[in-house]
Amino acid sequence: MASEGSHNTVGIVDPDPIIGPGHTFETVTDKISAIVLTRPVTPGWVFGLLIAFSALMLLNLTITLLMIKGVGIWGIRVPTAWGFAIVNFVWWIGIGHAGTLISAILLLLHQKWRTSINRFAEAMTLFAVMCAGMFPLLHMGRPWLFFYLMPYPNPMWTWPQFRSPLVWDVFAVSTYLTVSLLFWFVGLIPDLATLRDRAKHKAAKMIYGMLSMGWRGSAVHWSRYETASLLLAGLATPLVVSVHTVVSFDFTIGIIPGWHTTIFPPYFVAGAIYSGFAMVLTLAIPIRKFYHLEDLVTARHLDIMAKVMLATGLIVAYGYLIEAFLAFYSGDQYEIYMMENRFHGPYAPLYWMLISCNIIIPQLLWSRRVRRNVGLLFVLSLVVNMGMWLERFVIIVISLSRDFIPSSWGMYYPTRWDWATYIGTFGLFFTLFFLFIRFLPMISIVEVRGLVHETNEEKGHS
Amino acid sequence: MPQIFHRSTNFISRLTIYGAVVIVGALGLALYTIAMSPWYTEQNVKRQQPVPFSHRHHAGELGIDCRYCHTSVEKSSFAGVPPTQTCMTCHSQIWTNASMLEPVRASYRDDKSLEWIRVNALPDFVYFDHSIHVAKGVGCTTCHGQIAEMPLTQRAGTLYMSWCLECHRQPEKYLRPKSEVFNPYYDPPSGAKQLELGKKLMAEYHVQSLQTCSTCHR
Amino acid sequence: MSEDSHLKNSIDLVAARAKLTGAGAPRLWQSLEGLSGTPQFQEFSEYEFPPSAAKGNSEINRRDVLKLMAASAALTGLSACTKLPTEKIVPYVRPPEEILAGRPLFYATSLFEAGVATGVLVESHTGRPTKIEGNPEHPGSLGSSDIFNQAAILTFWDPDRSQSVVYDGRLSTWTDFAAELGNRRTLKGAGMRILTKTITSPTLGAQMRALLAELPEAKWHQYEVCSGDSVREGARLAFGRPVNTVYHFEQADVIVSLDADFLTCGAGHVRYARDFATRRDLSAGPASKLNRLYVAESMPTATGAVSDHRLPVRSADIDDLARQLAAASGVAVPPSANASPKIPSAWVEAVGRDLAAHRGSSIVIVGEHQPPLVHALAHAMNAALGNVGKTVVYTESIEASPVNQLESLRELVNDLNSGQVELLLILGGNPVYDAPADFDFATALQKAKLRVHSGLYQDETALLCHWHAPAAHSLESWSDGRAFDGTAGIVQPLIAPLYDGHSAHEIIALFTGDAGKSGHELVRSYWQSQRPEKDKAFEALWETSLHDGLVSGTALPVISVAPHADFVSLGRTAAASGDPSAIEVVFRPDPSVGDGAFSNNSWLQELPKPITRLTWDNAIMMGPATAQQLGVTTGDYLTLTLAGRRVDAGAYLVPGHADNSVTLHLGFGRTRGGTVGTGPGFNSYLLRTSSAPWIAPGAQIAKTGKKYSFASTQQQYNIDLDGHPVEEESSAAVGHGGEHGRDLVRIATMEEFSKDPSFAQNPDDEKNKGLTIYPGFKYEGYAWGMSIDLNRCVGCNACVIACQSENNIAVVGKDQVARGRAMHWIRIDTYFRGNLDNPEMYYEPLPCMQCENAPCEYVCPVGATTHNAEGLNDMTYNRCVGTRYCSNNCPYKVRRFNFYLYSDYKTPSLYGMRNPNVTVRSRGVMEKCTYCVQRINAAKIRSEEENRLIRDGEIITACQSACPTEAIVFGNINDPNSKVAKLKAQTRDYGLLEDLNTRPRTTYLARVRNPNPEIHS
Repeated sequence: MASEGSHNTVGIVDPDPIIGPGHTFETVTDKISAIVLTRPVTPGWVFGLLIAFSALMLLNLTITLLMIKGVGIWGIRVPTAWGFAIVNFVWWIGIGHAGTLISAILLLLHQKWRTSINRFAEAMTLFAVMCAGMFPLLHMGRPWLFFYLMPYPNPMWTWPQFRSPLVWDVFAVSTYLTVSLLFWFVGLIPDLATLRDRAKHKAAKMIYGMLSMGWRGSAVHWSRYETASLLLAGLATPLVVSVHTVVSFDFTIGIIPGWHTTIFPPYFVAGAIYSGFAMVLTLAIPIRKFYHLEDLVTARHLDIMAKVMLATGLIVAYGYLIEAFLAFYSGDQYEIYMMENRFHGPYAPLYWMLISCNIIIPQLLWSRRVRRNVGLLFVLSLVVNMGMWLERFVIIVISLSRDFIPSSWGMYYPTRWDWATYIGTFGLFFTLFFLFIRFLPMISIVEVRGLVHETNEEKGHS
Repeated sequence: MPQIFHRSTNFISRLTIYGAVVIVGALGLALYTIAMSPWYTEQNVKRQQPVPFSHRHHAGELGIDCRYCHTSVEKSSFAGVPPTQTCMTCHSQIWTNASMLEPVRASYRDDKSLEWIRVNALPDFVYFDHSIHVAKGVGCTTCHGQIAEMPLTQRAGTLYMSWCLECHRQPEKYLRPKSEVFNPYYDPPSGAKQLELGKKLMAEYHVQSLQTCSTCHR
Repeated sequence: MSEDSHLKNSIDLVAARAKLTGAGAPRLWQSLEGLSGTPQFQEFSEYEFPPSAAKGNSEINRRDVLKLMAASAALTGLSACTKLPTEKIVPYVRPPEEILAGRPLFYATSLFEAGVATGVLVESHTGRPTKIEGNPEHPGSLGSSDIFNQAAILTFWDPDRSQSVVYDGRLSTWTDFAAELGNRRTLKGAGMRILTKTITSPTLGAQMRALLAELPEAKWHQYEVCSGDSVREGARLAFGRPVNTVYHFEQADVIVSLDADFLTCGAGHVRYARDFATRRDLSAGPASKLNRLYVAESMPTATGAVSDHRLPVRSADIDDLARQLAAASGVAVPPSANASPKIPSAWVEAVGRDLAAHRGSSIVIVGEHQPPLVHALAHAMNAALGNVGKTVVYTESIEASPVNQLESLRELVNDLNSGQVELLLILGGNPVYDAPADFDFATALQKAKLRVHSGLYQDETALLCHWHAPAAHSLESWSDGRAFDGTAGIVQPLIAPLYDGHSAHEIIALFTGDAGKSGHELVRSYWQSQRPEKDKAFEALWETSLHDGLVSGTALPVISVAPHADFVSLGRTAAASGDPSAIEVVFRPDPSVGDGAFSNNSWLQELPKPITRLTWDNAIMMGPATAQQLGVTTGDYLTLTLAGRRVDAGAYLVPGHADNSVTLHLGFGRTRGGTVGTGPGFNSYLLRTSSAPWIAPGAQIAKTGKKYSFASTQQQYNIDLDGHPVEEESSAAVGHGGEHGRDLVRIATMEEFSKDPSFAQNPDDEKNKGLTIYPGFKYEGYAWGMSIDLNRCVGCNACVIACQSENNIAVVGKDQVARGRAMHWIRIDTYFRGNLDNPEMYYEPLPCMQCENAPCEYVCPVGATTHNAEGLNDMTYNRCVGTRYCSNNCPYKVRRFNFYLYSDYKTPSLYGMRNPNVTVRSRGVMEKCTYCVQRINAAKIRSEEENRLIRDGEIITACQSACPTEAIVFGNINDPNSKVAKLKAQTRDYGLLEDLNTRPRTTYLARVRNPNPEIHS
């Protein structure tokens, strides 16, 4: 994709630009900062926030009940002792991958197109990881003892059990959260300064002022800013790979057929990016419509993201194939039964749904027309999100419900509280997101300005 | 463009940054101090009892053997707290009308138990057995401290798991000859000598360093 | 439980009295608190915990919220984040003798089932009975026990027990009660009727005789559902009087059971199971002489499941089968009036030949609920086969007064209806609930002028009586009783009555001028009057008897009786089964709650029944063929009509159940059964009439269209009509190697076994053992292991309840069982092989395997489950945070999780019951079988103090000690001479899922069947 930027150098106007024509520094700044500063609160936004917030309250209710009565309110049982909680955890973590990928890896790869989507992609990552982070705590039998999982000097002279992947999770996820947060905030500073300078209201000035930490845009500031972002990008890049690898260890370390698989790390990471980009599309498409940002988040962006999805989707497909192949190739009766159980066991419909959502339907993305069709793309992104959720369900629940000893096989049925917890996290996610698009620049002003600058320069040369 | 903030805010902003670090550290320290404080562990805290029973007087000055009252210490997990009868064996003869002892007499008269305040209490999920410790040469004072000096009984150790492991990991540091187990004034040899003695006793009494969970937790 | 404490002579009566009077219920707690610091106290510190409300229902109310929030807070406390509460120490004022705080005592006594006594040892912690074991000295136990013995401890501490004398619904006192009855002495017993259950107690028998002598006009009736009327009548038919039959299964090569579940119910079943198992022992390899068991029955029972040949026939057709067999074994008998086409003559002939080939070493035994004639036939067969005097012996009846109890009750009902009854005294029993429906006992009862009831509960009968006096439980009263062979056991109290309970002895005494005498005086003086020994000599005898739990030499002498020549003509033929396609109803006592006496016992309610694995319910049990023909399947809610009476109940398919026959278990559908007993199941007594008390032909079954949900612990019981899941899961489980064989249960016939003694070995297992990059841990000292002999196990469930009792395992309720959250640490898996209509059945008891490479250990993030130096897989509850990863990663799925706060912190009386040496688990904590680590530690401490090693057999796990067939053996596998090591050395020894290289410490001895080559089933 390195060619993307280069064919601009031909003196003609780019037929498929990554930023709409006629944009200058001012127009960009005005357009983006206006959404936060001058634009009145729209009923649409309030309505959305309300729905999200009520879902958040549902989450509150569920968590309270959970603390009072115990995890028994969920459908989990022996043998299926992990259910929705872990499915959702893995799913949200996965979604949280696009952000860092876009801002870190693509930054290092000098992909210009990333600039106009990285900000809210990062925000999305942050919120998704928050949602994900709750589940490992909530699903514990005695959550108030969560600190047993952390190494700290204590009068019991005990440590966590470092062979357990669950302990690795604690570190992986918390590190990921911290780094993404830093990355996101550092990126925000110059924009916050802009908002500070443009804000009319005193309070707004104060708040943005504090947040921008005295940014004056001096050369020194800029050079430090650049170094910081580069360093963070460097830090974040391995995380993109490591986090979901560690998460996949939660299963591969186990001996349950359907968990104990070496293909997991790569295909979990691919899957994560897959769902991550799907989620970015799910968010970007409506937003650019409502806030008329088609000229900043152009059809070209959507097209590129669709391509990324197609690519990662194929990796995931490969993962499924290998999984099935190895099951039979292994000659291990338990593995074989596990696969047969997926194909035509009691949960088979879900498995086939997963296959169609993640493999068959996304093949439409091969066609450019589909990639350019915003509505269709939006639907596709939803399908993939669902597919990826199903993938985790298949891996966790189907494998557990029928393992080694038939006498203790058992079906897992989610209770209403399982659903409440799931829907609740959407509440948390979207509440945060709605607040974000209202109070922070959802597109990086600075970087888009940079983009304008570069494109203009190129024009100048011709 | 007018300044929003006064220069001084620079200082504040720096302060908050360093302050955050300091506060987190302080918090940790505070928690640690509380966890180790007598208020929390009840170590060396005198408990008021219905009768101001003095181990110093009975075990120390009078030199009554521990087992005279704590009869089951060699046979059972529980050392045994003396029934009123035991008190009365002497106090029906001496101090027969000391007002201090009225509760004891009352208890015997009305067949109503005395209610002592527990000094050394372990959590419900910990199973401690006196008899085996005594049998392996762990002295009373090793855990219960200078009991013969205590006018009112108090907890000598924190009773934390670490406190138990202290000895379970290196019994040689604390073992004493069986003959000395019930000696409230036993004075262990210093440093190297004790280790030497301890090692010898470990072999002699077949003392293991038991550290697996089910040793104490079931 | 070292030998000395076993055999501790605990019978200094003065001390005992002192102790017991000193320990009335309220004071008991006080003195118990005196033991704070001993583990006992831990039960009590749970006063700190607010009660649990979480019993599965996900609805909540404000109070629960607060309570449970507090509970969570308190639980957090356990993690040393809040201060421990201040505790009190409340010592004795005057210490009782013998009691050593922290050391249990064991007392020998007896418990009763249908009047028959079984000897037990009861563990007592400072005056609290906490656990029941078998009594090795007692012929009916030999150290083993059954589910009812084990669960009795829960009934004893049951908070629902009747707690005070009641008159007309108002609280009254024993004094008034005694006075009221005392006044009746003057009437010479006119219009006085006494209804008791079966009585084998010599003392009570003597008292009754005395009473009848004193009050000649009084009448004594007996009624008990499972009193074995037809056994009695069968004997009367054959021998002219109701003799008692004693079997010697250890000497029987061929056993034919006609609908008899002799291994898990009926007199002496614990002993019989042991004797039977000795002939299933294969320690001699292929050379061993196995017995062969034929079972013909309608409903698959534990006995049927271990048989070598099982023939599913309708209970009504047993009569025909018996006649054919009798004819085959040379008894002159006319063929049945209603010959059944369902009986394969080839089978009968083969069995006949086999019997003939084993004259003098065979047994024909008949089920209690078969008509008298069939019993008589069996007697005749045993005589004809020369078994009498060898495998079958006769004694006089063990009962104080053997009568036909159904007739006895009929007589009483007639008297009631004709208004002749002034005073009706009901001692134990619950006839309003369990009398035959056609007697309409409730109505009849109310025609008595004065109705007095004494029982453990204020049950359906108590409700309709003027007076109710709480009965004393066997564990808190003096009495005696005879075992299956007549051996008299003494019943001694372990504690003063918790509530104002009095024994039947004390009540009868009110009429015989012994008023006011204590149970102890009555029992002791009776024996004093019976024995030649006097004074000192008697004193000694008495003490040994109390210590041993039985009076030596009281086993009834063997008598020789010969069956009448023409008994057949005397006997009424069986209830005509009529047209063989008509559906018969068979009534059976429930395998778990019996005739209903145990229906308030939550342990038994939640116990998965043999074969069906059903909990908390009874059902209309039927075979797949019948179900197919009726178009019903498990869970269909049906209406069953029988001679104008009807019940609605759920259908439950049982592979191997006879066609055209449905089985209804009794003991459910109580209306006043207590908090647990009221509710579960349906009342099948409503269909049960005196004319057909056990087998009733001509049932009409119709669908209601509704559904009923059962809670079974094995999913495969939701079988479709084609029974597909059974086939799939079982074939996946059973069968050797192969792509779809998981090889969980390894089976061979005796023939195959002698061909290939190591058939159970799977070469791959051996290969896998080496596959590890870590050097194996070297176990110096002890290495604990267990061996379970599938050839001995009869699936009686005793181990399950024993474990529950020993380890304070919580009960979770039907809803939670249905959600797959049952808590049993040891479960008995059941598998089938072959066709649905008559499959082979296999048991597999499954405790924690204590793997050496335990998959649960390395996934626990907090190290709450760790391996110890003796190979135990420790579970540290207080460290567990409940991620449940260990359970997911356990291939055997033996780990149990407290999804809610299952342990009852609310009911004080349960504190008394709990084992003080085992932590009571709170919510959110994983638990599992620990090999009874508390017993291991106790033994270790003892041995260390005595400077010796633990002897082989010194540690007996709860499941092992309960097991009547000695199928479970525990010990040190590092010691090549230990019993367990020897068993593991057998060629039949194999580990479950060993191909996973988990290296389980619990291994199995493969099952070997001994089929008759002449029969191809």
